Amino acid sequence: MSSEQPYISIRGMSFSRGERLIYDNMDVDFPRGKVTAIMGPSGTGKTTLLRLIGGQLLPDSGSVMVDGHSIPELPRKQLFDFRRKNMSMLFQTGALFTDLNVFDNVAFPLRVHTDLSESMIRDLVLMKLEAVGLRGAHQLNPAELSGGMARRVALARAIAMDPEIIMYDEPFTGLDPISMGMIVKLIRGLNQALGLTSLLVSHDIEESCNIADYLCVVSGGKVIGFGTPEELLNEGNDEVKQFLTGDPDGPVPFHYPAPDYRDELLGAGGSN
Amino acid sequence: MNLFERYLNMGRSGVESIKSLGRATMLLANSTTWGGPGSAGFADLIKQIHSVGVRSLSIIIVAGFFVGMVLGLQGYTILSDFGSEAALGTMVSLTLLRELGPVMTALLFAGRAGSALTAEIGLMKATEQLSAMEMMGVDPLKRVITPRLWAGLIAMPVLALLFSTVGIWGGAFVAVDLLSIDEGAYWGNMQASVEFYEDVIKGLIKSVVFGLVVTWIAVYQGYDSIPTSEGIGKATTQTVVISSLAVLGLDFVLTAVMLGGV
Amino acid sequence: MRMRFVELTVGTFMVLGIIALILMAFRVSGLSANGSGDTYILKARFENLAGLTARAKVSMSGVTIGRVTKVYLDPEWYSAVVEMEIDQSMSTLSLDTSAAILTAGLLGEKYIGLTVGAEEEYLEDGDWIEDTQSALVLEELIGRFLFNKAEEG
Repeated sequence: MSSEQPYISIRGMSFSRGERLIYDNMDVDFPRGKVTAIMGPSGTGKTTLLRLIGGQLLPDSGSVMVDGHSIPELPRKQLFDFRRKNMSMLFQTGALFTDLNVFDNVAFPLRVHTDLSESMIRDLVLMKLEAVGLRGAHQLNPAELSGGMARRVALARAIAMDPEIIMYDEPFTGLDPISMGMIVKLIRGLNQALGLTSLLVSHDIEESCNIADYLCVVSGGKVIGFGTPEELLNEGNDEVKQFLTGDPDGPVPFHYPAPDYRDELLGAGGSN
Repeated sequence: MNLFERYLNMGRSGVESIKSLGRATMLLANSTTWGGPGSAGFADLIKQIHSVGVRSLSIIIVAGFFVGMVLGLQGYTILSDFGSEAALGTMVSLTLLRELGPVMTALLFAGRAGSALTAEIGLMKATEQLSAMEMMGVDPLKRVITPRLWAGLIAMPVLALLFSTVGIWGGAFVAVDLLSIDEGAYWGNMQASVEFYEDVIKGLIKSVVFGLVVTWIAVYQGYDSIPTSEGIGKATTQTVVISSLAVLGLDFVLTAVMLGGV
Repeated sequence: MRMRFVELTVGTFMVLGIIALILMAFRVSGLSANGSGDTYILKARFENLAGLTARAKVSMSGVTIGRVTKVYLDPEWYSAVVEMEIDQSMSTLSLDTSAAILTAGLLGEKYIGLTVGAEEEYLEDGDWIEDTQSALVLEELIGRFLFNKAEEG
């Protein structure tokens, strides 16, 4: 388990949905034990990348290696085993099971995958909830939780089985500043404390730059920038810089392609 | 859009329908058995029977009563032209047991329980609960679909039977209390003409088949829906439309088979 | 707590279904609790059945005492044969009991009406009823009426 070897390694990966080419011969490595933020303009399929890594989608070509295992080639049962032991995903909406309360939600993976006694499970669940600061809420139902609280419970559920990697899908979206601060603290803290590899997908540049060890900027189906936030801001190419600084005009233009302005106004359709 | 393109589109939607049917069949095949990590258990089955069966009771019983009463009234009008009012009991009970009971219950079930199932599952898909289950190594089919499928299969015949029962008593109420038909004639002739194995059991068989088909369609539409509020709305409508048509079509087929050859 | 409520309602639901089924069986379809073991078979020959079918009632003085089980054509004698199941409790039918095919009401179904005779010996399982009266066929009646009228006038 050398810390030099990347935890996730993607080579020559292509993926299309219908006729749209989403990833074109992509190569990227995600380092072990670090927080990497995957960023890019909307619609570039960042969530799709998480699903490809998690094995929910199969690439059209290329390889996806996680901890030495080739995910697309794993048979169904082994994929399930690998997922339950090593991978966890935090969905944008939390995705708590609405028919179970908070306690049962966090206990769910433990009850499904382990033979632990109920008292052991109880202890583990309360510990995980304590880590996210919601131990007192364990009796509540998901419908009674605020967005931020729901996401924290989902996080507790995600770490219930002590995974090696957690993938966060837009963890900052739609949160108020306080909840956002809590999530940031938790992501960073858990990564440190549990030695996790964390991948997060986000639009939020500021928070991502704060929290991540590495940024991975994706656009047009390829990785256009990978490095620490400082590296990319200073040495990255124009496209990356535009994205990171939020400049409205640059390689991604402000104006949608259109015929000449003057012609259109004064010509066929306009008033004369 | 010229004629050729229209033609191609028809072909494309035809192929889409066939693919849809294929996906639906795979869903059914993978959801009939219980078991697997994190899958549903007996308690979930009970919860689902409550959700689709018990909660539909009020509409089924009220509808059954009214339908029975209408049958009594209309039947009387028609039969009295032939001087055969005594056959009213027979008419009401056979109509309900063989046809109206299973079919109307199925249609009401599709509207009430079917659409609710589609919306519930569609919502689970939209809030990524189904994805979350997959990521945790739990088969969402076994956890979510299996108990609901079996609940529909079990609840429907019970509901159809209750519909017919209440209907027959509704007809009796109209006949005996309102139209002053002899109580003995109503029940006696009915007992002479209604065969348990022929009429009651065959009606039950129909409702079991309908239960399977309606629940299957409802569950599939939810599972396959586009995870937006628009998509779920569309899926719910499709459940009601498709299952209603399927029930009516199947009713013809089953009736023809049961009456012995077309 | 909530689970117990659900269990209760579902249990009640299923019980209602079973009650409905039992009601159907006995009140609506006349499935009798006796079972078919307590019957014996009698046979009768008729010239014309005119719509009598299997499962028709067999009654005496208006009381149903059995059912027609089989109806077929005898190829030797070219007459219709009716087999019926009679309730065991009616085992005292005299040898000269007569059977007639009657109609229940104007448009009603056909049934068999039995009338006892005076003989002291009784019909047993498998016996034939000798005295039979076929169904009244409307066309024959009219024909007979016209014939009589023609004779008078």
